[in-house]
Amino acid sequence: MAFLSNFINGLSLGSIYAIIALGYTMVYGIAKMLNFAHGDVIMVGAYVSFVSIYSLGTPPILALLISMCVCTVLGVVIERLAYRPLRSAASLAVLITAIGVSYLLQNVALLIWTSNTKVFPSIVSFGSLHIGSLTITGETIVSIITCVVIMIGLTLFTTKAKTGKAMRAVSENRQAAELMGISVNKTISVTFAIGSALAAVAGVLYCSMYPVLVPTTGSIPGIKAFTAAVLGGIGSIPGTLVGGLLLGIIEIFSRAYISQDLSDAIVFAVLIIILLVKPNGLLGKKVTEKV
Amino acid sequence: MRLWKSKTSRQNIITLAAVIIVFSAVFFMNQGGMLSSSLSGQLVPICVYIIMALSLNLTVGILGELSLGHAGFMSIGAFSGVLAVTSLGQAIGNPLLLMIAAILIGGVLAAIFGFLIGIPVLRLRGDYLAIVTLAFGEIIKNVLNCLYVTIDPDGLHAAMFSGAKLPGKFIINGPQGATVPEKLSNFGIGFVLVIIVMLIIMNFVHSKEGRAIKAIRDNPIAAESVGLNITSYKMKAFVISAAMAGMAGVLFAMNYSAIEAKKFNFNTSISVLVMVVLGGMGSLRGSIVAAIVLTILPELLRGFDDYRMLIYAIVLILVMILNSNQRFLQFKITLKKKITAMFRKKEAAKK
Repeated sequence: MAFLSNFINGLSLGSIYAIIALGYTMVYGIAKMLNFAHGDVIMVGAYVSFVSIYSLGTPPILALLISMCVCTVLGVVIERLAYRPLRSAASLAVLITAIGVSYLLQNVALLIWTSNTKVFPSIVSFGSLHIGSLTITGETIVSIITCVVIMIGLTLFTTKAKTGKAMRAVSENRQAAELMGISVNKTISVTFAIGSALAAVAGVLYCSMYPVLVPTTGSIPGIKAFTAAVLGGIGSIPGTLVGGLLLGIIEIFSRAYISQDLSDAIVFAVLIIILLVKPNGLLGKKVTEKV
Repeated sequence: MRLWKSKTSRQNIITLAAVIIVFSAVFFMNQGGMLSSSLSGQLVPICVYIIMALSLNLTVGILGELSLGHAGFMSIGAFSGVLAVTSLGQAIGNPLLLMIAAILIGGVLAAIFGFLIGIPVLRLRGDYLAIVTLAFGEIIKNVLNCLYVTIDPDGLHAAMFSGAKLPGKFIINGPQGATVPEKLSNFGIGFVLVIIVMLIIMNFVHSKEGRAIKAIRDNPIAAESVGLNITSYKMKAFVISAAMAGMAGVLFAMNYSAIEAKKFNFNTSISVLVMVVLGGMGSLRGSIVAAIVLTILPELLRGFDDYRMLIYAIVLILVMILNSNQRFLQFKITLKKKITAMFRKKEAAKK
C-alpha cells in the first residue's frame, strides 16, 4: 500500500512538474531560448492568488483565475520588454537576460511581500479520498486531473487551432513561417501568454501541496521542471508529460526508499544517465547536422 | 621584443602589467590601512571571483560550451582544501606552505572530478550539455550537504548519513558545513594565484591545444575532419578549468571560519557566468574587470540595501539589451572613431 501511495504522490508531483515544464518546452521550441525566469513566474502566480484569497477574500477558483490573468500579462510584458529586443542576439545573451529577469522578479517580490514565509492556503476544498487503507488527498487528485486536462487541451490546440498551427510552423522554420504570413512576434507572445498562465496554475497547485511561500519558492520547482523538459526531450509536448511524471515518481520514491537528503542528487543522476543513453531526451527529435 | 610584435601577446602583456600595477597599488594601500574595512574585506573574494571568471571563460568563451555548474568544482576545492589543512596542519607548520599544499590538493581533486564529469558531459551538445553541468553542480552540492567527516589520531573518518557514530572531532558536519581551522587566505596569496592563473590561461590559449580548441568551438565538424581529436582537446580545457575553480575554492574557503555546501549553489555558478558574459566571451581582460566590478557593486549598493539586487538585475538586463542593439553598437563604434580622431588631431597639432 505504501508503494501505491508513493506512486500516486509521485504522479501528482510529476503532474505539476509537467505543467511547469510545458512553459519551458513551448518557449524553447518556438523562441529557441531557455526562459530561466519561468520559475519565478510560478512564484508570482502563487503570491497573487495568496493575496487575493487573504486580502480580497475571493473564493479559491476566482483567485486562480486572477493569478492566471496577472501571470499572462506578466509573461507577455517580460517577452516584449526584455526578450524581443534580443531576438537576433546570441543565445547566451538571451540566457543572461532571462537570469536578470529572474533576479528582478525575485527582488520585486521581496520588496512587495518581504522575505517572511507565508503559509499558503490550499485551494482544494474537498477532503481526502479513502480506498481501503489508501489515502489520496484532494490536492493530489486535482493536480493529476488538471495536468491531464491541460495536456489534452494543448495537444488539441496545437493540432487543430489556427494559432496553434502557427506555433508549430514557427518552431519548425521561422523564416518559412514568416513568408507564409504568420506573425512571428505575435506567435511568440501567445506562447509566452500560455506558458505563463500554466505557470500560475502550477504555482497555485505546488503551493497547495507544499504550503511554504517565499520569494525564491519558484526556483527549485523551476529547475526541476526544466530538468523534466530536457529529460522528455525539450520541444515535445508528450515528452514533457513523460519527463515530468518520471521525475516526480523518481523524486518521491528516492525520498521514501533511499534517502531524504539525497533525493535531488538521485533525480539529477537519473537525468544524466538518460541523456547519456538518449542524448536528445526520451521523446526528443533527433537533429541531423548538415555540413 | 619579438613578443611585443604579435598583437595578442602585446595585449596579454598589457593586461598582465595593468593587473600587477593595480594589485600592487591596492596591496600597499591595504598595508598602509588606506582602504575602508568593507573594501579590504572584499579583496580576497575579488581574487576568488577573478579566478572563477577566468576559469569559466576557458570553458564558455574559449571552448564554447555553456557550463552552469562551475560552483561545484569550487566547492570540491573548498572542502578538500579544508580537509587538507586540517589533516596536514600538524605536519606542515609554516602557514604559507600549508596554504600552497591545500591549493594544490584542492586543484588536483577538482581536476580529477572535472575529468570524471567531463567523460559524460563532453559527449553532449549545447543546451543538453548545459543542463548536465547544472545537474552535476547540484549533485555535488547535495552530496557534500550529507557528508560527515571527522578526524582523530587514527586519521579521517567519513559517513554519508546523519547520526553516524564517528570518532574524533567533526571537520565536515553535513548541512552545517566544514570548520576552517585557521584563516590562511590573504590578498598576497590571492594576488599571486591570479597572476599564475592568468599566465597559464594565456599560454594555453596560444598553444597548439588552444588553437585546436578554438577551431573546435568555431566549427566542430571541420575541426574533426582535419584530424583533431575533439573529445581529448575539450577534455584538456575542461580539466584545466575545473582545476582552477578548485584552487579558487580553496582560496575562498580559507578566508572564512566555516563554509557550507549550499553557498556553492546554482546562483554562484550563474553569477560567475554573468561575469564572463558581461566581460565579453573569450576576453581575459573583460572577465577580470567584470569580476572586480560585479563583486564590489553589491557592496557599493549596500546603502540602498533593499534595492541593491533589484538595481543589479536591471543593470544586467539593460547591458544585455544595449549590447545587442545594432544602433547602440554603431554609436559605440562612431564614438570610438571620433575619440581616436580627436587624439590624432592633437598629436598632429603638436608636431
